[in-house]
Amino acid sequence: MKETARGLIAAACLALLSGCAGLGDVQAWEKGKLAQAGMSMDEDPLHQRWGLHVYGSKEAASGGWGVGGGGCGCN
Amino acid sequence: MTSDNPTLSPLFRSWRPRLAALAGALCLVILPAHALGVGDTAPDFALDGTNGPVRLSDYRGKTVYLDFWASWCGPCRQSFPWMNEMQTRYQAKGLRVVGVNVDQNAKDAEGFLRALPARFDVAYDAAGKTPRQYGIKGMPTSLLIGPDGKVLAVHSGFRAEQGTELEQKIKQALKEPS
Repeated sequence: MKETARGLIAAACLALLSGCAGLGDVQAWEKGKLAQAGMSMDEDPLHQRWGLHVYGSKEAASGGWGVGGGGCGCN
Repeated sequence: MTSDNPTLSPLFRSWRPRLAALAGALCLVILPAHALGVGDTAPDFALDGTNGPVRLSDYRGKTVYLDFWASWCGPCRQSFPWMNEMQTRYQAKGLRVVGVNVDQNAKDAEGFLRALPARFDVAYDAAGKTPRQYGIKGMPTSLLIGPDGKVLAVHSGFRAEQGTELEQKIKQALKEPS
């Protein structure tokens, strides 16, 4: 009984690992709504750009931000 | 933990193949779709266009600059004047610019085209079947397709300063002196 429970917990944890990744990819051509200004986390684009630039350099990683930046694959 | 570990739950042991299958399936979901590369044959498509149906096979014998664009895509806005220019400049040499719009709402595309009229063929694919077929990774993505239907170049994104470099590729494809 205990082993079954442990096995089930292990399986549940494994399933959780994938998070929302299995829900389906948003393709490059499906980002119309994500590209809307209202989807931005910051209302000032310049401020956001500056913040992300600093963050990107501190983390030694860039891209993946919204649609206008790396996320849309344009840059 | 090895497979003959007696403390390992029999349930877990029996589930191992299933877990492996699950991991495999996850990899498939996460890995990107195959993108069309140089030398591949561009898949044919038939879509509704501004001036009647647009079929890629109808352009056989012409060099095609195929561009996937959307009204919400910033770089697309920059690429339109350039594509108009290319169409005008190289039409006589056999270039055809074809823009495939991927807006889910046709009204968005209409508004964009009112502001930036296209002097080339525009087709509409709201369902996104064509970009999926072509494995598009970014917006806009353009493909230069030779008269034989084979992909000569793929380019993702657009900035005004990239126009010259892309024009060189078009010239090469048209066997124009650069």
